[in-house]
Amino acid sequence: MSKQEQHWEKSKGLLMMTLAIWFVFSIGIFLFGAEMNEVTGPFGYPLTYWFTCQGSLGIFVLLIFWFANRQEKIDEEFGFSERGDD
Amino acid sequence: MIKGNFIDNLPKVYGIYTGGFLAFIIIMSIAEQMGMTAKTIGICFVAFTVAIYAIIGYLSRTAQADAYYVAGRQVPTVFNGMATAADWMSGASFVAMAGGIYFKGYGYMALLVGWTGGYVLVASLLAPYLRKFGCYTVPDFIGTRYGGNLSRFMAVVVLTVASFTYVTAQINATGTIASVALDIPFQYAVYVGLISILLCSMLGGMRGVTWTQVAQYIVLIIAYLLPVFWISNKMGAGFFPHFMLADEVSRIAELEAQFGFVKNSAENLKEVPKGLAGITKAHSAVNATPWAFISLALAMMMGTASLPHVMMRYFTTPSVKAARKSVGWSLFFIFLLYSSAPMLATLSKLSLIDPSLPTGIIGKSIAEVQSIDWYQNWNQANLMFVSDFNGNGTLELNEFFMGGKAVVLATPEIAGLPYVISGLVAAGGMAAAMSTADGLILAIANAISHDVYYKIIDPKAETAKRLVVARVLLVVIGFAGATIAALEIQGILGSVIWAFDFAMSGLFFPLVLGVWWKRANKEGAIAGMFLGLVSGAAYLVWVRTGGSGFLGITQLTFGIFGSAVSLVSMVVVSLMTQAPNAATQKMVDEVRVPAGKSILGKQH
Repeated sequence: MSKQEQHWEKSKGLLMMTLAIWFVFSIGIFLFGAEMNEVTGPFGYPLTYWFTCQGSLGIFVLLIFWFANRQEKIDEEFGFSERGDD
Repeated sequence: MIKGNFIDNLPKVYGIYTGGFLAFIIIMSIAEQMGMTAKTIGICFVAFTVAIYAIIGYLSRTAQADAYYVAGRQVPTVFNGMATAADWMSGASFVAMAGGIYFKGYGYMALLVGWTGGYVLVASLLAPYLRKFGCYTVPDFIGTRYGGNLSRFMAVVVLTVASFTYVTAQINATGTIASVALDIPFQYAVYVGLISILLCSMLGGMRGVTWTQVAQYIVLIIAYLLPVFWISNKMGAGFFPHFMLADEVSRIAELEAQFGFVKNSAENLKEVPKGLAGITKAHSAVNATPWAFISLALAMMMGTASLPHVMMRYFTTPSVKAARKSVGWSLFFIFLLYSSAPMLATLSKLSLIDPSLPTGIIGKSIAEVQSIDWYQNWNQANLMFVSDFNGNGTLELNEFFMGGKAVVLATPEIAGLPYVISGLVAAGGMAAAMSTADGLILAIANAISHDVYYKIIDPKAETAKRLVVARVLLVVIGFAGATIAALEIQGILGSVIWAFDFAMSGLFFPLVLGVWWKRANKEGAIAGMFLGLVSGAAYLVWVRTGGSGFLGITQLTFGIFGSAVSLVSMVVVSLMTQAPNAATQKMVDEVRVPAGKSILGKQH
């Protein structure tokens, strides 16, 4: 496998992991919205309510930064990162 | 004070600007103490901020194509994040979101999840790759990746349908705010709003829009957060509302159980002015089925990743790496406002319905409520209404009606904040609506001037001529949008959601598969865009004209149907026709690697 193919395989792996986490917090947990809302979540809010107000939203922010860092590492590993900084 | 290059001095420039704006708020509050009228304060806020944006727009003027189309590709990550957040958060997010949460609770919260979760798709599936491509517009990517004028033209059509649906709502919102703040009739206020919008974008294109959007973000976030924190502290609900409103949320649930949701008869509801609603849904309980929630969130997420005015913001970063990080910053800045909207809804609702609070009106006598100053003001503005349906003389929960906008606009006054805050909120709403309108009008005008005029009609046109065409289109599209907005056909929020559905119907899969599936070809993309858009639109018309719909897909989520048709037709047609040639395949390989030259040159 060429260097480029390996890079793309790894990038696809990262994409799948990112989308899996995204799926859980944007869709997965809301399949059980009514049941989860019986539980008390962070700061004392009902759990599902907390996810819709803050939880899922905050997790998305962290997820994007995590993804960006991981992808940068993959790019560096294969020597595909851009020169210069941002 | 400022030496050297503008880009190197950005933190300083916007630091001074923020300080200046805070000083302006303080001066206005002193003026209020000295007897300045509420109306003058409102005019000062809107006029002062719009004048600043116009100055930034003038200073950003340019005669270069890459500055006009992509701000010279040198916008740093954090600032691009702020600009995207302003671009993203429309008049609807600012004025109507807290109201939606207030009235509809959980079912509406799907929009919050959808409008943020979509950015994960933007960051992982699209933005870095489109940045590497080096395109000026979204149809530029479609046209080059798939080849041929027809695919490029179809992309322009989808972009125009989605963005134009959206922009009329934004011009409508600027008009509403301008008409209230400046006290002029709506039909004229719409054009005042339009001229303010064009002042930001005409001379500098994307460069002008970028630097005004950063300025607008600062105004709108201060205007949203300051009242939320102030009200929370004043009510004694907690100094940091986001972490401290659990008691208030459970108190609302308690009151809901105590009052009950009494259903009004159709006859009684006829009395209620149009556009106002009562509290009929639980505040924090789950009141929608899983599929209703998930389908709406999913449609908004895929729509987010297909809306060209957002995507094109990531064409302005200096590198692919910066584009990825910038998506994270965008969502962070959006999160600041979105996570505050439910808190505002909670504070607003509790302060109105809790009889043990001095501001609570439920349980008071109707006559007493009708004599409250703020009730009279907002009743006159057609945003509040009470009526004694059961004739017992006291106000019940089902006898109190309010407009969605009142949650943001009236809560400061109800909580007893000085009028200067209301002026600030008007300036914030204006900033939110203007920044989104600017991004949208520019997206449409750029697509038509770059992709239709330059790439299809006259590929030999010189830069000067191209930019004249771009600016003429900007004005024409702006006026067309304002004229339709003046007709007041759809409410602000309805048309915003439709725009997401149109965009995802036509563009989501052609964009994503363009990067992630090498076998996708021109015929497939054209079929995907055309059939996706047409079937989505047909579904909307069918449901609007009394059709029953299927699978629980409503007029708010018709994009799920449209994009499914788009995916199937794109895959089937691609596989039935010839694979893309070797040059195209190589181009896709290069897009997947951040290093190296972009596919399209710096000037193209």
